[in-house]
Amino acid sequence: MNDAQLPDGLVAVVKADCPTCAMVRPVLEGLGAHLVSEDDDDGLARSYRLGVDTVPTLLRVEAGTEQERTVGWSRERWEALTGVDGLGVDLPPSRPGCGSRTQDPGVADELVARFEGARLQSRRVELSTYEDDAEAMFERGWTDGLPVVPPTETRVLRMLGGTTRAPDEIVTVVPPDLVECTVEKVAINAVMAGCKPEYLPVVLAALEAACTDEFNAHGVLATTMPVGPQLIVNGPVRRRIGMNSGVNVLGQGNRANSTIGRALQLTIRNVGGGRPGGVDRATQGNPGKVGLCFAEDEEGSPFEPLHVSRGFAPDSSTVTLFAGEGPRGVVDQLSRDPESLAGSLAACLRTVQHPKLARRYDAVLVLGPEHGRVFRDAGWDRVRLLEALDERLQLPRDEVLRGAGGIAEGMPPDRMDDVTAKFRPGGIIVVHAGGGAGLFSTIIAGWANGTTGSQPVTREIVP
Amino acid sequence: MRVLDPTAEHAPATRERAARPASLDGHTIALLDISKARGNVFLDRMEMLLRARGLAVERYAKPTFTKPAPIDLRHEISTKCDLVIEALAD
Repeated sequence: MNDAQLPDGLVAVVKADCPTCAMVRPVLEGLGAHLVSEDDDDGLARSYRLGVDTVPTLLRVEAGTEQERTVGWSRERWEALTGVDGLGVDLPPSRPGCGSRTQDPGVADELVARFEGARLQSRRVELSTYEDDAEAMFERGWTDGLPVVPPTETRVLRMLGGTTRAPDEIVTVVPPDLVECTVEKVAINAVMAGCKPEYLPVVLAALEAACTDEFNAHGVLATTMPVGPQLIVNGPVRRRIGMNSGVNVLGQGNRANSTIGRALQLTIRNVGGGRPGGVDRATQGNPGKVGLCFAEDEEGSPFEPLHVSRGFAPDSSTVTLFAGEGPRGVVDQLSRDPESLAGSLAACLRTVQHPKLARRYDAVLVLGPEHGRVFRDAGWDRVRLLEALDERLQLPRDEVLRGAGGIAEGMPPDRMDDVTAKFRPGGIIVVHAGGGAGLFSTIIAGWANGTTGSQPVTREIVP
Repeated sequence: MRVLDPTAEHAPATRERAARPASLDGHTIALLDISKARGNVFLDRMEMLLRARGLAVERYAKPTFTKPAPIDLRHEISTKCDLVIEALAD
């Protein structure tokens, strides 16, 4: 029996071990209702398709279509639904029902795989009963060196519940193999990374951002420099999925932070074919290449949120991708005025990639809350801070030319005026995050910028 | 346990190489500069040596080494040339 054959009249979904179902049985027989029993396979399938979560569920059907339903036993509601008075006069006026068998542990997952599995297009890989499933993932080359969650049909279907997008929708073309990547493939890799379904829209937006020409995921992967895609999340989604923007924000311990960036990297590895030693030619790499993702502490920030400064609405959720290397700390525990602190931050920012190289590399400045407070107390906004940094990052020709200071590396003479700015306009991204104690900030240096390198890209996260 | 393949699937485990020509005679050879420093030095020398042997040579360059070759460039090379020599890295 399928949905098209739903009989007109009254239909009741029941199960044997439900006392309420047993109690109302004579009423249902008196009404001539069609009974759907969850105790047989067809009935269970029908109940699943009807989305029944409580039995008994009484439905009124016209022309094969459900008109209304009520759950449990309530004389008043049953009389209203059936249009028949005096139902079950010897019964109590109401009694709650029981949980549907479709919701039982084990049964629920089995039903999802059975009825929804056909929506999944990916090749099925049978693991031998003699294989350890975690070891099998390593042996097939599917992991980043850490264990992954085996992507079973049930888990992938559950993951796909995190987005409204269809499993077969093409998200983007993933380098280096330039493969059209479906929502389903992203969901598989998100399962493996350890994501919860509600993280999936963030992963999808991040993948879209990574695969733009501006971000240039191919170059970020292939370069010998130690960079990888790093994700900064803004907007309401941060709280909704429980991201960390506070204590140990760039470290371990928060599931969303730890798995979202990893899902992106696993997708580039498994779908795009980008593997260390293959197209990934990093000389040394950095530990963030497993997947670095964090949220901005917007509520405690002295500045407007990062995504707002990049042109998005305050109530939108976004992910900003930056091709970054390993984070390094800035210690300044004595500055109490903004001029002094800006001087410290600028001095440390000057060392990005090399103190004698300019304009070629961007940077993310993760301003710690205790440093942020200094700027808030002084009434500085983001623009004021960036101007102050720029003033302090004008590099004199005689200090940075090749050979200056006895160091061969430096700026070529033909690309130097008397002074040059360390960073191109917009080359510093300021984001506010971290725990409440500690007069520290963090700098994340970037890869080559410009049209042949990587530009930071922000994408809105949609359900 | 049954799992879903997380890869692109269409990539075979091993990829067959194109058959190697027995000789370069009669073939047009593409010299592809990926725009890395000094790739041109290597390719200039290759061009000289190949032309000295009377072979037809076409020079090409990727706009930047950081991105894949544009599809038009790949198409042009594949339609005009039989072999490619690429200068990788500096």
